[in-house]
Amino acid sequence: MNRFWSVLFLLVPILGIATVLMAMYGVAPLESAWLPKSLSEAGDTIDQLFNGIHLLSAFILAGTVFTIGWALWRFSDRGDSNEKALYVTHNTKLEIAWTVIPALILIFLAFFQMKSWAENKMDRPTVTVDGVTDFKPPMVMVKAKRFGWEFYYAGDDGVVETEDDIFVENLLVLPAGEEIVLQMESRDVIHSFYVPELRLKQDIVPGMTQFVWFNAREEKEIEIMCTELCGWGHYMMKAKLDFVSRAQFDAWIEEQKSAYSPEFKNAAELSALLRDSNKSFAAKFSNDARPQLKLKIN
Amino acid sequence: MAEVTVENSITPDQKGNVLSRFVWTYVFATDHKVIGLQFLFSSLIWFFVGGFLALAVRWQLAWPWSDMPIFGHMLFAESGGQMSPGFYNMLFTMHATIMIFFVIIPILAGAFGNYLIPLMVGAEDMAFPRLNMMSYWFMWPAFVCIILSFFMPEYGAAAGWTSYPPLSVFQGDAQSLWLLAMVFVGISSMMGSINYLTTIIQMRAPGMTMFRMPMTVWGMFITAIMQAFALPVLTAALLMQLSDRLLMTGFFLPENIAVNNGVATSGGGQVLLWQHLFWFYSHPAVYIMILPAMGMVSDIISCFSRKPLFGYRPMVYSITAIAGLGFIVWGHHMFISGMNHTLAMSFMVSTMLIALPSGIKVFNWIGTLWGGKLQLTTPMLFCVGFVSMFVIGGLSGIVMSAPPVDIVIHDTYYIVAHLHYVLFASSVLGVLGAIYFWFPKMFGRMMNEKLGKIHFFLTFVFLNGTFFPMHFLSRMPRRVADPYIYEGLKDLLPLNQFMTICAIGMGLTQLIFVANFFGSMFFGAKAGRNPWNANTLEWTTVSPPPHGNFDVQPVVRRGPYEYSHPSTECDFFPQTETS
Repeated sequence: MNRFWSVLFLLVPILGIATVLMAMYGVAPLESAWLPKSLSEAGDTIDQLFNGIHLLSAFILAGTVFTIGWALWRFSDRGDSNEKALYVTHNTKLEIAWTVIPALILIFLAFFQMKSWAENKMDRPTVTVDGVTDFKPPMVMVKAKRFGWEFYYAGDDGVVETEDDIFVENLLVLPAGEEIVLQMESRDVIHSFYVPELRLKQDIVPGMTQFVWFNAREEKEIEIMCTELCGWGHYMMKAKLDFVSRAQFDAWIEEQKSAYSPEFKNAAELSALLRDSNKSFAAKFSNDARPQLKLKIN
Repeated sequence: MAEVTVENSITPDQKGNVLSRFVWTYVFATDHKVIGLQFLFSSLIWFFVGGFLALAVRWQLAWPWSDMPIFGHMLFAESGGQMSPGFYNMLFTMHATIMIFFVIIPILAGAFGNYLIPLMVGAEDMAFPRLNMMSYWFMWPAFVCIILSFFMPEYGAAAGWTSYPPLSVFQGDAQSLWLLAMVFVGISSMMGSINYLTTIIQMRAPGMTMFRMPMTVWGMFITAIMQAFALPVLTAALLMQLSDRLLMTGFFLPENIAVNNGVATSGGGQVLLWQHLFWFYSHPAVYIMILPAMGMVSDIISCFSRKPLFGYRPMVYSITAIAGLGFIVWGHHMFISGMNHTLAMSFMVSTMLIALPSGIKVFNWIGTLWGGKLQLTTPMLFCVGFVSMFVIGGLSGIVMSAPPVDIVIHDTYYIVAHLHYVLFASSVLGVLGAIYFWFPKMFGRMMNEKLGKIHFFLTFVFLNGTFFPMHFLSRMPRRVADPYIYEGLKDLLPLNQFMTICAIGMGLTQLIFVANFFGSMFFGAKAGRNPWNANTLEWTTVSPPPHGNFDVQPVVRRGPYEYSHPSTECDFFPQTETS
């Protein structure tokens, strides 16, 4: 029976590491389980960190839990000897070793990842015009609200929050292969802007303004998720994110300009949202949604 | 005996009728053991309530919008038994609230802290028995508030256990009850922690120096310090949110936001302030929920390895280091909250550092096993399970302490996997091990070993089946009632169904424990004073110990881990034994 328990504990690192490797290298049935394919260089760096730390963890998991399983196998009391257990209270050299080595690994990790964090969250892109360097202006102003996304494209003046902004709801079309800056604000509670493919997430806090930037390398249609609980309809707060070529993008923007009409069509938009959720009972919560400025739904 | 004597003016009315005797013994109980058992029983009952809520959450994730078994038709007759998305939010909110504030903290600090501290330091009771009684009494207003909140129109608080404003400020009345309940739980823990600190500092038996205390007592001691310093901050924050809701104070509300067609707020507040205050308590709370378990596991592993705890002093220092660092890592919950991004760097460094003392503890537990003469009893299996699961929980902690990686996995099921490996697979396994270990002392009877081992095996297998696959859901946001609304997550349905089946199995497995617990209480084999041949003081008195604990004042002559000492005949050497 003692052997049975040690095998049980030995199975932990074996199965754990096997499944982690399967997910990491895309082996069936976990081929698509972990993160989707990265769409940006910044995302690749995060993936390398993610995989690297997991491999290191797998190594440590194997080392420690194998030792536990082996200790159970080797040192279980089978009642066949009268020898007592080893009387050992400590071993200073060993203890210094297993403090200092992990410390060095952790310090290395801590410094190693700072660059990626700075690129993703701190070094906001800049542009130099006429010898003056300033932050790159955001292309789109994102307004998060319960339970949807409003996108205001900077119009011809290239500045968001002006008269000529182009408004689209729950659909964000952007050119691929360009560095894009988004400005984000919330209308009501905290939301979070999450695009798994871009390895991008940022909470949108009411009363604060956030900026995110990214550069997608492929044309692809993906999704924006809300990852901060924002009320009963949190689960349906999604938007489509469509990366297209520059030419397609310009044509699309022109189309949006002509479609512009300052009408209030909140009822139609709301029912579309509800149809989308495909849940009949959701209707009884509809008093929860505010009348919204609605221009065009794709 | 230390100079503090316990004056206990409330005594059971021996001559009264059955009812008055019951009231005096169980309601006005000042005996630390009775209070400990009160905490134990109420926590175990809430454990099952919290477990049901978790199964309902899993049900929705595996078979979204299908009829909920049993409760569906009672609560949602008009929709044919499917839960509403708001109800789903209530489920995970109350699951976390109950498991953290009504189960793990009270069972570790309240039940085992109360029961074991005086026995292990050789005191006849707590320093303040009536304060101790009050600390249990204050759990009951909290219970009442939470039970009431289930009968509110929205079926309970639904803003997450973190209750981030502004959402929480605009929730229904259940949120006010939730806040009140948390205030009462906080007061209860505060009273407990003052009592533990005083008892441990003032009432240790002669010869019981600080460095002769068992790790259990050290774990409780450090936990009590953390509670005493962190809880006031949470209580203040809870009252601020309550006044935001009821008095429109606007501590956490910025200008010009409007929720539910309401009037725009007048502003002046800061949304992030709540998160800082909340996590300043709630990150230490994470350690409050594991340090006592680490202490108990250390004692149990040493006892069943028949070998001294490897590196006793480093173990004490590492618990202290975890507690100290635990106060300066809260920002790692807020890496992408909009907090200053440079600040994230310093929180990352302190978070990485906390892995060090945790690692030292794991290595020392393995060092204790190595070369021992291991007796694989049920409590021992649970504790070895604790160590191996804590390794997984700790390693995923290092993964998420890296801020760039946290960008991806924050608020996804990876976090859910991590926290369940630490809180369920570690803390709860430790608690179950401790129940199997100290049950003979508490009730004078042994628990059934065979049932205990089946319970361990099934729990261990099912918990890994439930929580390990969650690591692979690092693109699936948590707290989402229907993740499959996203095209990119549709393929995760089979994995979620597998996890739900394992979770149901894990829930059913606990019935074995219930049967074993109550069966053994009445029919278990009689346990003597020291069924496990352990060294610590609680095993020198009768099982269960009488009021006042010890027949003679114990005098401590050595540390608690002198197993297999070369100079002794048998393989244990009780702390009180004359050499």
